[in-house]
Amino acid sequence: MRQLVLLLAVFAVIALAPFVIASEFSLNLVIMVLYAALLGQAWNILGGYGGQFSFGHAAYFGTGAYTVAVLQVQLGINPWIGLVAGGLLAIGVAAFIGLATFRYGLRGSYFALVTLAFAEVLRILSNSVDFTGAGVGILIPLAPGVANLQFETKTGYFFLVWTFTLAAFLAVWWIGHSRFGASLAAVRDNEEAARALGVNAFRVKMGAIMLSGLFSGLAGVFYAQYFLYLDPYIAYGPAISVESLLVPIIGGMGTLFGPLLGAAALHAVSELTREIIGEVPGISLVLYGALLVVMVMFLPRGLAGLGERLFARRRPKAGETGHA
Amino acid sequence: MPDLAIIIPSVLNGLTTGALYALIALGLTLIYGVLHIINFAHGALLMVGLYAVWFLNTRLGIDPYLALLIVPPAMFALGYGLQRGIIGRSSHGRDENILLVTLGLSIVIENLALFVFRSDTRIIDTPYSFETVEFLGAFLPLPKVIAFFGAVVTAAALWLLMARTDLGRAIRALAKERKGAQLVGIDADHVFAMSFGLGIACLGVAACLLLPSYYVTPQVGHGFVLIAFTIVVLGGMGSFVGAFLGGLIIGVVEALGGLFLGESLGQIGIFIIFILVLMFRPQGLLGHKV
Repeated sequence: MRQLVLLLAVFAVIALAPFVIASEFSLNLVIMVLYAALLGQAWNILGGYGGQFSFGHAAYFGTGAYTVAVLQVQLGINPWIGLVAGGLLAIGVAAFIGLATFRYGLRGSYFALVTLAFAEVLRILSNSVDFTGAGVGILIPLAPGVANLQFETKTGYFFLVWTFTLAAFLAVWWIGHSRFGASLAAVRDNEEAARALGVNAFRVKMGAIMLSGLFSGLAGVFYAQYFLYLDPYIAYGPAISVESLLVPIIGGMGTLFGPLLGAAALHAVSELTREIIGEVPGISLVLYGALLVVMVMFLPRGLAGLGERLFARRRPKAGETGHA
Repeated sequence: MPDLAIIIPSVLNGLTTGALYALIALGLTLIYGVLHIINFAHGALLMVGLYAVWFLNTRLGIDPYLALLIVPPAMFALGYGLQRGIIGRSSHGRDENILLVTLGLSIVIENLALFVFRSDTRIIDTPYSFETVEFLGAFLPLPKVIAFFGAVVTAAALWLLMARTDLGRAIRALAKERKGAQLVGIDADHVFAMSFGLGIACLGVAACLLLPSYYVTPQVGHGFVLIAFTIVVLGGMGSFVGAFLGGLIIGVVEALGGLFLGESLGQIGIFIIFILVLMFRPQGLLGHKV
């Protein structure tokens, strides 16, 4: 319960951002942190809590993004309906990938590779068919208005992504405090033992991948409405898949606040390098990759793990300046 | 329906490409077979090899086939260092960590290349780039024919090394039974790094053979990574013969897929094979057990 109160308090404070931050640039930064936290939390459900490392979360993100874009541009369907459709289709894609992998018992590296392959298949398909605009991409016409899920100012977008992200965090809080979450953790830690105790591992993993897919899909819907442009590389390319897993790995996998910490740290670092080195193509990704290596080598439990460790160190022996 | 006059050259072309795929996959399967890790940075390291060959050729005028004496040993050293310095230290007992570290390495390497070389496509000019060889009524580019035989010779040499030398025995012993191998005095860290180095050296050979008929960009490895994984999975993780046959099969599938479905959709055939094999026969065509 204390965790829930803390969670709501943190999000309430974040909700003040549009009222205290005057510059569009800074508010955009807050929006991007929330968006990254949403992507990361989605991955965290399946990867952190479920122990299934997906390398292809772009499959759900891109499906959400393309659904809302294609429905608007090709069929003139309202993006609010597109939002629901995008979420549902992302769940559908996740269910399909889950069936294709968990049904056949794929785990670990195999699961990672198959999810990557699925995202690649979708990228190639979206690059080859006409209704997605193929390689040229798809441009959503600018039409500000709440009815069109587009906003005049960044504040509207802020509350859109804030709502999605809060929903994802509440879902993860629920996972941490429910029977479903306990089963999921049991499957992550030892699938055979969990099965022996009567946990239906397949169903639990399916639940996790579909929930994970939903939030990735919502992140995709937000991306499409915010940037109003998509192409196959943005939607289904490896960058989104990498960002999705990097955020919780930096913040702390399998923890509620890990993705928020990770998202903030990632953006802080990448803004800092932009300040110091300037706008250089690829340099932020070099940093992401290096961070990934360093985190896995030295801090496999992320920033949240580091915090816990320091805290735990300090308690038994006050005054001890032990190194991590 | 295209007739044989189109299909035969297409199949032959697929076989020459497939032999190179096989060579790349051999490195991957060697690393997997011994270390039980999936080297995600394989494509990025191939790209490093290609840039090395390109650099030697355009700046120092060294023929890509002469570079066979320089690039593979250098790549071997790079692989040895990476395994000992970074990859071997980051597993913390979990395979997923290795996957993540090699993914991180590949991102760093690729984007550094993007930073240094920009995303321009680079090729090299050799006097034989446009020579062709006629075989079964098909005109095959000479560099591809050389690459085919080069790949076969390298695979045979690697097989001999594994079967006949002390190093090969040590590698196989470690792959089968790590504790037992260490008990009889095998330096596991060293042999693991040697295996990784050998796997990466295969990429060096592939790079020398590939560049005369191909190009290099910072993202060039991407296309090869999933193809190599598919081959390794198709042939059975850790199986040498499987990887070689798998490479040839995938080369032909890609060529025929491109012929019938067009360049862009043709690649989907590879991924579909990949997904189907993983679902229905994850031990591969020739493998025994996962």
